[in-house]
Amino acid sequence: MNVETPISQWSRLIEPGRVHGALYSDPAIFQAELEKIWFRTWVYVGHVSEVPNRNDYVTKSIGPMPVLMVRDREGEIRLLLNRCPHRGNAVCVIEKGNRSSFTCPYHSWTFANDGRLIGYAFPDGYQGVERSDLGLAQVPRIAIHKGFVFGSMAEDGPSLEEHLGGAIRAIDQLCENSPEGEIELTAGFLRHRTKANWKFILENECDGYHPGFVHASIFSVADSKIGELYGASSIAVTRDFGNGHTEVDLRPEFRRRGEPLSWFGTTPARLPGYVAAMEAAYGREKARQIMIDGTPHTMIFPNLFIAEIQLFVIQPVAVDETIQHVTALQFKGAPDFNRRMRQQTMGSVGPAGFLLADDTEMYERNQRGLLTRNPEWLFLERGMHRERDDEDGYRIAHSTDDLPSRGIWRHYKTLMEAA
Amino acid sequence: MSAKTSIKSVPEDVVQFLYREARLQDTHAYDEWEALWEDDAIYWVPANGTDPDPETQMSFIYDNRSRISLRVKQLKTGKRHSQTPPSQLARIVSNIELLDEAGDEIRVAANTMIFECNMRGETVWATRNEYSLRRVDGTLKMIRKKVVLVNNDKPIYTLSFLV
Ligand code: FES
Ligand SMILES: [Fe+2]
Repeated sequence: MNVETPISQWSRLIEPGRVHGALYSDPAIFQAELEKIWFRTWVYVGHVSEVPNRNDYVTKSIGPMPVLMVRDREGEIRLLLNRCPHRGNAVCVIEKGNRSSFTCPYHSWTFANDGRLIGYAFPDGYQGVERSDLGLAQVPRIAIHKGFVFGSMAEDGPSLEEHLGGAIRAIDQLCENSPEGEIELTAGFLRHRTKANWKFILENECDGYHPGFVHASIFSVADSKIGELYGASSIAVTRDFGNGHTEVDLRPEFRRRGEPLSWFGTTPARLPGYVAAMEAAYGREKARQIMIDGTPHTMIFPNLFIAEIQLFVIQPVAVDETIQHVTALQFKGAPDFNRRMRQQTMGSVGPAGFLLADDTEMYERNQRGLLTRNPEWLFLERGMHRERDDEDGYRIAHSTDDLPSRGIWRHYKTLMEAA
Repeated sequence: MSAKTSIKSVPEDVVQFLYREARLQDTHAYDEWEALWEDDAIYWVPANGTDPDPETQMSFIYDNRSRISLRVKQLKTGKRHSQTPPSQLARIVSNIELLDEAGDEIRVAANTMIFECNMRGETVWATRNEYSLRRVDGTLKMIRKKVVLVNNDKPIYTLSFLV
């Protein structure tokens, strides 16, 4: 008989330098994660630019759970749970559109896009029933930072700002690269399905150890300077922001190069429209600094990855099945830049991308590897001896170190142990 | 797709071209496959529908001639992990239909059913294709190939073979 307390279970599976393979493969642990992580912490849902007009909506998710992100009749952004309170039918099965109400196809209950029940078929049958109790449920807490919409299924808890902590800089730094200070997601998503646990993806996003090997095929035939950013002599660092947020900070490398737009593999001469707009918006010197630093490479726990020119959303489906949703970032007011971001995004990510197809192959092989019983543990000690604090007090290490994984697992353990 | 009043049969060399292209893809004959393309080539696998605008919307593949060449080069490095070992493939090309014939250029539609077997397991892909071909010095070349996966609005597994 299993008489362990949950706390001893998590301590037995997660140690500072290694984690047990069951964390990626045990269906009971996956169920526990839904409750303790996905239905409790702040989860990225979508971006306001996906619903630009009143009554626009788009289907999204929190973990495996379907959610409608709507801009209601008043212009307010809401997250409605896509489940009819009557018998559980989905009230909307079309991916996106514009409508002020949703009618459930089963018995025709109709809901305004602020969630209120506004009508049902054959109302005589509902005497004494309180309509206001029967609206669509909503995600209890919603918070928006610079257009990024997050939801939390927990009634109370830390604010979004507290949750994001230092990682909020990633969103701000990204938006600063737009001449209008805003990004937009207007190019549609590629959805890549993977037979692997979501945490392999989460950890890989800031794993600077693998690119030289997993992506050797494309680095060797395309003239890309990405490879060297992740080499042994790179001065880029990994950072653990706490709360599970991690990044590879490439700015030290780009500052060493000191060339605007080198982070994007191009030059100001090739994007004159963008450069002029940036200088007009920020002034010459500040624009130059922004264009040297470029955009972040930051994984916001548990599901939002800002990958320089792309945005990824990680969606867990089952213990061994995950969907990566990915789209090109678009800067408001930068058409020449946006075209290049779309082209590079289509080339590199999604199921047929030069880069991501190979990362995803690795996740699937990792997952199958867990069937092997010896060793049962995954090793995370790389770079432990050279961790140090940066000037803001966040732990950093070399760009190829396991520091991000260690930070993710430290936070994971806290969440899973919480009552 | 233009509405046609008369139904014309597909020229035999066009049919043979499509079969040959399928065989080169199935057998990973990368160089021979690349040689089928003209310089103004577009190889397009849209996402999220049949006819999105590839200049504003994300596609799974939207390659011009030089990116086709890069794709082939990557496959030939032997380090394209998602094709190492290469997928085992067999595809059926069917429902071949002449859409249009004007001067040297021919537009054809066809469906394919592709059986893929790799380390993940077996996957069946179904596609509706549209080809634009050009007769150059008596041989056919490909100028445009559009592959509409019938499930392109759903999450799909890695697709790293030549579809
Ligand atoms: S399940 Fe929605 S109206 Fe019955
Ligand atoms: Fe990678």
